[in-house]
Amino acid sequence: MPRITLEPRFQVEYLSVLDSDGNLDTALEPKLSENDLKALYRAMLLGRRLDERMVRLQRQGRVGTFAPIKGQEASQIGSAFTLRPSDWMVPSFRETAAMVWRGWPIDKLLHFFAGRLEGGQPAPDQHDLPITIPVATQLPHAVGLAYAVQYRGDDAVVMAYFGDGATSEGDFHEAMNFAGVWHVPVVFVCQNNQWAISVPLKKQTHSRTIAQKALAYGLPGLQVDGNDVLAVYAAAREAVDRARAGDGPTLIECVTYRLGVHTTADDPTKYRAEEEVRMWEQKDPLTRFRIHLEKRDLLEAGLEQRVDDEIAQAVRRFEAAPPADPLTMFEHAYATPPPGLLAQRDEMAAREHAAPALDGQQPPAPVDATPMRGQRRTRR
Amino acid sequence: MAKLNMVKALNLALLEEMERDNDVLVLGEDVGVDGGVFRVTDDLQRKFGSQRVIDSPLAEAAIIGTAVGMALYGLKPVCEIQFSGFAFQCFHQIENHCARYRMRSQGRFHIPIVIRMPYGGGVRALEHHSESEEQFYAHIPGLKMVIPSGPRTARGLLAAAIRDPDPVIFFEAKALYHAAKEDVPDESEALPIGRAQIAREGDALTLVAYGAMLRVALEAADILQSEDGARVEVIDLLTISPLDRDALVTSVKKTGRAVVVHEAPRSFGPGAEIAASIMDGAFLSLEAPIRRVTAHDVPFVGFAREKANVPDVPRVVAAVRETLAF
Repeated sequence: MPRITLEPRFQVEYLSVLDSDGNLDTALEPKLSENDLKALYRAMLLGRRLDERMVRLQRQGRVGTFAPIKGQEASQIGSAFTLRPSDWMVPSFRETAAMVWRGWPIDKLLHFFAGRLEGGQPAPDQHDLPITIPVATQLPHAVGLAYAVQYRGDDAVVMAYFGDGATSEGDFHEAMNFAGVWHVPVVFVCQNNQWAISVPLKKQTHSRTIAQKALAYGLPGLQVDGNDVLAVYAAAREAVDRARAGDGPTLIECVTYRLGVHTTADDPTKYRAEEEVRMWEQKDPLTRFRIHLEKRDLLEAGLEQRVDDEIAQAVRRFEAAPPADPLTMFEHAYATPPPGLLAQRDEMAAREHAAPALDGQQPPAPVDATPMRGQRRTRR
Repeated sequence: MAKLNMVKALNLALLEEMERDNDVLVLGEDVGVDGGVFRVTDDLQRKFGSQRVIDSPLAEAAIIGTAVGMALYGLKPVCEIQFSGFAFQCFHQIENHCARYRMRSQGRFHIPIVIRMPYGGGVRALEHHSESEEQFYAHIPGLKMVIPSGPRTARGLLAAAIRDPDPVIFFEAKALYHAAKEDVPDESEALPIGRAQIAREGDALTLVAYGAMLRVALEAADILQSEDGARVEVIDLLTISPLDRDALVTSVKKTGRAVVVHEAPRSFGPGAEIAASIMDGAFLSLEAPIRRVTAHDVPFVGFAREKANVPDVPRVVAAVRETLAF
C-alpha cells in the first residue's frame, strides 16, 4: 500500500515586464506597435480621468453610487486590449475603463450610474454584457456564452472579469469547473485588488495565490503584475490565443490595488492603513507606463486635455437628456406584457395624467373604466 | 392520437422541439445517458448527441448560469433541475439573471430558457423531493410559472414554453408522471401560456386547482354532483404567472363562490393572489368568503404525515360544502 506523489506536480508562474521605475525586461516584452502603446496609455488615462470626474459627479449628486477603478487601469486595459470586437466581454461592476475601451459611450455609462437602465443597454452589435452586481454570478454566463460559441462553430473568445472576493463564491468555482470540463474558449481575469470592501486577501483565502485555484480545475493559471500593462497584455494575449485555438480556458490573476474607495459609499480609512495606500501609489500603473513611454518618446502632447474634453462633452450630453419616463418601466419585463401588467401600466398612466399640471390647470378627468356588474357609483 | 403518460408526453414535446429548432439544447444532471432520473429526456442524447443533450457536472447554479450565457448567445436551453427542492442552489441565477436580463439590458438581450423541475408530494419521497414551491417563482416579475395537469397539457405547454421568448419555470407533478395515460394529438401542439382551462363546467361554485391537485378537485366535484346535486365549475389554472384573471373573474361572476386548492403552504401562496384577483374583479358577485384548501404553514413533515398535510378529496368537499352553505 504505497503512499506516492502523483504527477504532474504544479507550479504557478508570476509575470512582470516593467518594473516600478518603468524599466523594461526586453526578453519578456510583448510585440506591440508604437500606435498600440499609445492607444494603451490613452485608454488607461481616459479610465483614470473619467473615474476622477465621476467621483466629483457623485459627490455633487449628479450620479449615484459607483465603484471607482483608480489603480486598476493596467489590469483592465491590458486584458481588454487583446479582444476583437467580435469577442465577448463579461464585466462585473468595476470595469469602467475596460468598458469604455470596448466602446461603451461615456454618457451611456453615466446614465447607468444615474439610475437609468438605458445606460446598461449594449448596442445591437456590441458583444458586451451589461454590468453584473451580485458577486461572481456573471462567471457561469461567460462559460455558457463560450459553450454557445463552440456549439455554433464561431470564432470568438469570452473574457470575464471579477475580483479577489469573488473567488470565495460558489459561482466562481462552478464556472471554473464547467469551463474545464467543457473545454470552452473563456479567459477568467481576476483583478486581485487586495480588498473586498473591508476584508483583506489574507482573510479571503488561505491559498498562496489566486492563480493556483485554476490548477484544481485542470486549467492553466498565471499570476501577473496587474499594475504592469505590458505584463497583463502578454498574459492575456497568450490566454486569448490559446482559447481561440481551441485549447481551452485560462485563469489570470492580476495583482493590483484599489487606490480609492470600494464604492462612493465607502470609507476605507476604517479598515486599512494610509501607509499601505502610499506604498501602492508608488506602483501606480499609469505613472509607471508614462515613465516608460517618456523614455521611448511616445507620449503625445496635449493628451490629457483631449481626454478631459472628451469626458466633458459626454457629461454635457448626459446632462442634456430628458428625465426618465416612468411609463417605459413596463416595456422590458416581458416580450409581450401580460394583461395584468398592462392594467398596472394603465393605472400609472391615469395617475400621471391626473397629476396637476405645472400651471395649476387640472387636466381633464380620465374616462371611467367599464364598471363591473352591479358596481356602485356612489358612496353608501 | 396516441395514449401517453406524462413522462412520454414531455419526452415527445422535447423531441419535437429539438427536431424543429437546432438552437434547443437540454442541460442538466443525468439527462443524457441516463435519460433523467424520471426518464423525461430518455433517448434524446442518442438522437441529438452529447453536445445538445448535456450531462452537466453536479451544480445547479452553474447549470442555470451557463444556460443564461447560452441564451444570451441566442440558444434555447431546456434545463432540468432534478427536484424542485434543489433549486435554491440556483435561485440567485433565476431571480438575479433569468428574470431580469431583458429589463437590465433594455431589450438588447432576453433569456428564452425553460427550467423543468419535478415538484410535489405523493411519491413517498425524502425531504427536498416532495415540496410545492411555485409561489417563489410566481412572485418574480420577468418569469412565467407553468404547471401542467396531465399528459396533454404537459406536452402542449412544454412546447409553448420552449418557443416562448421569456424564461419559463415549468413544474411537473411527480404524482402525475405515471398516473394516467391520455390522448395526445399526433400533430405537434402548443397550448397558450397564461390561459386557464375550464376542466368541468358548473354554476354552483368555482373550484380552482392546478398540477396534481386538479385530479383532487375533479374527484371532489364528482362527489358534490352525485351527493349534493351541486354543479361545481373546476378551473385548471395551468399557468400560475401570469395569472389568467379573466377566467377566474368570469367564472365567479357566474357562480358567486370560489374555493382554491394548492399543495403549497397557505400563507402568501398562490391562493392569496387568486382570492385577491377575484375580489378585485368580482367582489359584488361573491356570496361567500373565498376559501383556501392548502398544505399547512409547516416545513416538510415527512411522507408518513404527508396525507394529513396535502389537500385531499374529503378536505376539498368539506370546504366546498361550507362555502355553499355560507
